[in-house]
Amino acid sequence: MASGADTPRHAHLGDRAFAAGITLLGGAVLLVVGIIVVACARLSAPAFAKLGFFRFLTGSDWNPVEDSFGALPFIYGTLVTSAIAIVVAMPVAIGLALFLTEMSPSRVRRFVSFFVEILAAIPSVVFGLWGLMVLVPILRDVVEPALQHRLGFLPLFQGAPMGIGFLPAGIVLAIMILPTIASVTIEVLRTMPAALREGALALGATRWEAIGAVVLPYARRGIMGAVILGLARALGETMAVTMLIGNQPEIHGSLFAAGYSLPSVIANEFAEASGAVHTGALAGLALVLFGVTLMLSASARLLVRLSARRLVAA
Amino acid sequence: MNMAMTNVAAGQYAIPRRVGSHRARAVTNGVMTGLCAAAVALALVPLFSVLWLVVSKGIHSLSLSFFTKLPAPVGELGGGVGNAIVGTLFMVGLASCIGLPLGVGAGIFLAERGDGKLGHVVRFTAEVLAGVPSIVVGVVAYGLIVLPMRHFSAMAGAVALAILMIPTLARATEEMIRLVPRSLREASLALGVPAWRTSLSVVLRTALGGLINAALLAIARAAGETAPLLFTALNNQYWNLHPLQPTASLTVQIYNYAISPYEDWHDKAWGAALCLLILIGGLSLIARLAAGRRSQA
Repeated sequence: MASGADTPRHAHLGDRAFAAGITLLGGAVLLVVGIIVVACARLSAPAFAKLGFFRFLTGSDWNPVEDSFGALPFIYGTLVTSAIAIVVAMPVAIGLALFLTEMSPSRVRRFVSFFVEILAAIPSVVFGLWGLMVLVPILRDVVEPALQHRLGFLPLFQGAPMGIGFLPAGIVLAIMILPTIASVTIEVLRTMPAALREGALALGATRWEAIGAVVLPYARRGIMGAVILGLARALGETMAVTMLIGNQPEIHGSLFAAGYSLPSVIANEFAEASGAVHTGALAGLALVLFGVTLMLSASARLLVRLSARRLVAA
Repeated sequence: MNMAMTNVAAGQYAIPRRVGSHRARAVTNGVMTGLCAAAVALALVPLFSVLWLVVSKGIHSLSLSFFTKLPAPVGELGGGVGNAIVGTLFMVGLASCIGLPLGVGAGIFLAERGDGKLGHVVRFTAEVLAGVPSIVVGVVAYGLIVLPMRHFSAMAGAVALAILMIPTLARATEEMIRLVPRSLREASLALGVPAWRTSLSVVLRTALGGLINAALLAIARAAGETAPLLFTALNNQYWNLHPLQPTASLTVQIYNYAISPYEDWHDKAWGAALCLLILIGGLSLIARLAAGRRSQA
């Protein structure tokens, strides 16, 4: 306790009550996680009982009418769109973070940080609307035909360019996770002692050489944490993906094809789910999503923290 | 890499083995700086595109009746999103009643007694909880409220939004309280004020501007959520202020308009999106002002 003067013996009744009250409120955070797990597990129990956990995860048929539920197409779609998002967002976000912390004057930094904050504050559904009305026509009429023309021999770029599918969903996801990756990377780079960077510069390194030799090796773990946090956000992002991915529970190799993602199928079918098994299967997908994002966020936070602790030790 | 440096081993800093000509190094430096600047530009293009389109396409829909009328059926001119605006405000208000005390309380705990084992566990849990997808929280609210009551309701939506508010609020509150100078607390304790009154009426009072800022940002974020409302609050074509009835919201309304095949509904989607951005932007602006006043004080 910050006061330090009060030992428990002499503590006022008010102090004890206050301490108990805030400890209870702090404990409520733990309770919330418990509630999430129990609620999802209870809802999904009928589905797991009927289908079996492993068969549910690996099955590729999703047919509510016949009570046949396999999660594979959704897992596939989630992974493909998230992979596109990471590949697109990571270099841009890290470049942006490096520019703001290492290269730009502070006035530019404040200006750009302000806009990155706004980007992070725009709701998912607005990105979905923008993707549907702006991005999809551009992809359908310009980008996808061009990709097909040049790289059509790759299985990634085959099939009719529809505009809707894995590609637009992945690109909008990239835009949405960019602020996450950038802001955590900036946070990590800021914790680096200036002396290290200045040492490299004093030895005659150019700015970029200082980044390559000192900054990036130093911040590597933290940046990896930032990217994993971005990945966790991409996996669970719902609205924009639901509006752009095409909502077909199928597995296709082409990025132009329509697919489905874990959050999207929950969003589309949960309200009208027929019976306990269908609801249960959807809640089971939520449980899988919760487990994966929980593990990713936890490991990312540990990485960021490790990166910061090394600084204290140095 | 071009600059002739090699990684000796993982975990060690790169050691320059052979340094290229001054000119080549300067060029590399310039090119990479340019690429990083290009990354900044590339990141901001979608932002400006989104903002510009929402404003330019949404502005035509805005009129008094758009804010005050109920949605019109397809093909009928006019109509508005009045019930959706009210629904969003209603649910966010309900969510604040649940989420603000819990989130701020957890933050006070983290700041005041967060250095022990329990504190570390709670802090880590809050960080991890912030990464839980909002759709999962929607499923939880469905299981907790919709299923037992056999009814979609504003309350269920509010509970989902409240759960989403807690982790960010807790972390922000802790940060704000820790910014309060120690000397203030010590002065109060030295005057014989009990520790709990010091915490509440000196430390929290000082951090109030920051807390209002954090609370408003959490509220703004909750107002922009769609996924957890889809199967908790559902939607409603009419006005509703009953916590146990389905309720419309701006975000769900945008979604329904956007995925419809009708051109005039697309226009309404842009209009509703503009309303939503004005609401969120307004809240963020007030938050910024609150934070600014604090730093001046």
